[in-house]
Amino acid sequence: MVTVSMEIQILFAGLLFLIGMVGFLVRRNIIFMLMSIEIMLNSAALVFVIAGSHWMQADGQVMFIFILTVSAAEVSVGLALTLQMYHHYKTLDADALRKLRDNKLNENL
Amino acid sequence: MNTIFYVTAAVAIVSSIMAITNRNAIHALLFLIISLLSVSVVFYIIGAPLIAALEVIVYAGAIMVLFIFVVMMLNIGMEEETEKQWLTPKMWILPVILATVLLGIFIYVSREFKFENTSADIIDPRHVGISLFTTYLIAVELAAVLLLAGIVGAYHLGKPKKKIIHRFLIKAPSDIKGNMQK
Repeated sequence: MVTVSMEIQILFAGLLFLIGMVGFLVRRNIIFMLMSIEIMLNSAALVFVIAGSHWMQADGQVMFIFILTVSAAEVSVGLALTLQMYHHYKTLDADALRKLRDNKLNENL
Repeated sequence: MNTIFYVTAAVAIVSSIMAITNRNAIHALLFLIISLLSVSVVFYIIGAPLIAALEVIVYAGAIMVLFIFVVMMLNIGMEEETEKQWLTPKMWILPVILATVLLGIFIYVSREFKFENTSADIIDPRHVGISLFTTYLIAVELAAVLLLAGIVGAYHLGKPKKKIIHRFLIKAPSDIKGNMQK
């Protein structure tokens, strides 16, 4: 089995999470934002599995299965919303959705 | 074994970076699939064979195919020009600084708190299944409800919008005249 110390393994998962976070903050295309969310969920699940294998418990892997379920449900609804957004606005730019913005407030600021 | 871990971790990180910096959606998805596959190799190495298989089947097999279908349905490609305007190098500065600060904290914390090294061993899928269907039974049922909600939500949002016409407007004007004569 692998003998890499747990700190390095968790550091790897944290690096993946940060990559996903930077992608979510930078990209404005909604498909890329969903992909970044996938990277972040995957790295969070990786931490669970690493901890589970470190303490020899099956609970980490059980938790991975739940995170998998959550991400599948989230992606299906998110992609359906993306399709609706493309039908309404003809663009995938997340900044096009600003009907809730308070124009008067923004002018004062 | 340790070399395999380092190599696959490097592949995962590089392909994730390529996935979020790529402009072409299909290329980015392919890089993301490479990243997921290498994470699955990591799962296999650290003693979780069931999770490695699930990662390949569900993540790389099902969720990514869903993404690819949506990208194909939307027929992206004309979007690249607006995306090029948005993705200036200036956009990257602040998020990368934030992420670097978080990474520094992360390295500091992992240096500070040492975990005692236990020898990792393979966890049987049998134990995972027993734990899943005894201790976590209620959570499994909640996950089933969540998936049902996901199906209903995706169906409702994805179906084409029906044009609703009032029933009086469907009839021809001559019909209305006939009704008035009665």
